[in-house]
Amino acid sequence: MAQLEVQDLHLSFGGLTALNGVSLAVDPGEIFAIIGPNGAGKTCILNCICRFYHPDKGKILFEDRDVTQLASHKVAGLGIARTFQNIELFRGMTVLDNIKLGAHVHLRSGFLSGGFYWGKARKEEVKLRREIEERIIDLLEIQAIRKKIVGTLPYGLQKRVELARALAMQPKILLLDEPMAGMNLEETEDMARFILDINEERKVAIVLIEHDMGVVMDISDRVSVLDFGTKIAEGPPEEIQHNEYVINAYLGGSDAAFSKLGF
Amino acid sequence: MPTGLFHSTYKDDEKIFQAIWLKCWMGGLLLFLFVGLPFIAPALSGIFGFSVQHMANMIGIYIIGAHGLNLLTGFTGQISLGHGAFMGVGAYTSAILFMKAGWPFWLSLPAAGLVTAGVGMIFGVPSLRLRGLYLAIATMAAQFIIGYAMRNWTSLTGGSGGLNVDRPSFLGFALDTDLHYYYLILVLAIVSTVFLKNLLRTRTGRAMVAVRDRYLSAEIMGVNLFKYRLLAFGISSFYVGVAGGLFAHYNLVVSDEHFTMWLSIQYLAMVIIGGLGHVLGGIFGTIFMVLLPEVLRIPTQILSNIYPNIFAIFGTLRELVFGLVIILFLIFEPDGLAARWHTIRAYWKLWPFSY
Repeated sequence: MAQLEVQDLHLSFGGLTALNGVSLAVDPGEIFAIIGPNGAGKTCILNCICRFYHPDKGKILFEDRDVTQLASHKVAGLGIARTFQNIELFRGMTVLDNIKLGAHVHLRSGFLSGGFYWGKARKEEVKLRREIEERIIDLLEIQAIRKKIVGTLPYGLQKRVELARALAMQPKILLLDEPMAGMNLEETEDMARFILDINEERKVAIVLIEHDMGVVMDISDRVSVLDFGTKIAEGPPEEIQHNEYVINAYLGGSDAAFSKLGF
Repeated sequence: MPTGLFHSTYKDDEKIFQAIWLKCWMGGLLLFLFVGLPFIAPALSGIFGFSVQHMANMIGIYIIGAHGLNLLTGFTGQISLGHGAFMGVGAYTSAILFMKAGWPFWLSLPAAGLVTAGVGMIFGVPSLRLRGLYLAIATMAAQFIIGYAMRNWTSLTGGSGGLNVDRPSFLGFALDTDLHYYYLILVLAIVSTVFLKNLLRTRTGRAMVAVRDRYLSAEIMGVNLFKYRLLAFGISSFYVGVAGGLFAHYNLVVSDEHFTMWLSIQYLAMVIIGGLGHVLGGIFGTIFMVLLPEVLRIPTQILSNIYPNIFAIFGTLRELVFGLVIILFLIFEPDGLAARWHTIRAYWKLWPFSY
């Protein structure tokens, strides 16, 4: 049974068709990559899942529950977390506060107990801090920057903090929108390692949008290829690497295309 | 000299004052506010030529209101030009409940806060759709509507003549002098500061700052934008309503002239000069804005004594210098006095090896 299912998704902005009947099914615990040229509609799918965009037609099912009509802020409570292509951190807050905010839906204290720092709020905060330190900060190796203001950090670290914030949501599925964009080789390898760790240790399914074909082919279980809002291929990485449609339609049937696909 | 912090529990690392010397400084400051200031106030009044005790009381009242606006504008990122009127709502509510309905003061003051919170939340509803300058204009409407009600709802507010209010007693303790009232204001100002600081390090406050910084990703994290925007208006108005209640019983008369657009702008100036998004900002900004005109009066008075026939010019000169100082502050310290305070502290932490 699929954990996240996208059925026949249509989305258009005025006359521009962004998604034209895309269907995907992500199984529990797998790493599912979505690739495709710029403007193919990859991020649009994520934005539909997060309820930023309202699809014209089609359904999104999470654990057999229809989430197509849900309010945006309720999606987090289901266990869907995401990161963004352009970093969308809270720049004025510390790293620790950013990560703590990720746990927002799992906290219960109201403004009164918070304001007096009494009873529930106090216990909750200390417990949360312990969980974050032991489960997230240690895993992602960001101990040294935990009290820094996010806006002052270098790009690579900000990407890592964003992943940390998504992890604090204790997600069942993690949507990563170009987590390696703009990173150097070392940072890319670190990030790939973190993604594999999260996937294996927490049994979190991962939807990965990425342009770095080396990473995609290495770590994903299944790859789906989009072009102009339609899915043109889907399957294990080896299959996609040899798929004629993909090579022609998406990469242009040249020698350069073969090297891009990791030959 | 401190060399570092070594915590062995997460609880210690979550504390506001993490080091023992900081606690000592805070203890010293509290001792000064509770004992020292009232003791030296009469002597200082003689030197400066204005009542220091009265100034301290006004600063205390405005600090509570400035904290409120700072929560809304500095921490949640929503500008309000209606806080002057909201303070008026608090003042009138407490005055009417106390004088006309005969409620005890310890009930009428929180009631003033709650009523103002309700009014603030009503005028905060547009914040779901409006931001920035548009929200400023929408909240300015509150200023005009409430101002109109204060002037013309004569049966309730006494019209433009205003209402006379008595000094209250609290738990059998008559708050009839400036000094007695000072202690009430001081305690409430401290409580409001601590509440604000705590709010900001727990779930609600974090969500508010997140709404300010990036509301779209806050929504992805499960923050209900409408709820927290409205809550910020509510808590903020509660603060300023309590400040209004305190003002009514201190000033002994409330009229619409006290709560005009000018007050709203003054509040905004306080939090901007003090530092948007810093808890200390409300305190520093208020002290600056309340004290500066009085301090500027001293040289004007001396000069007027020397050249009595151009007294009027010095009067305008004072206003000019006041405006100039604010502009210069904004140019050279746009992040406010609180940011400057942090710079100074960071400098002294490393002194004399600050390279």
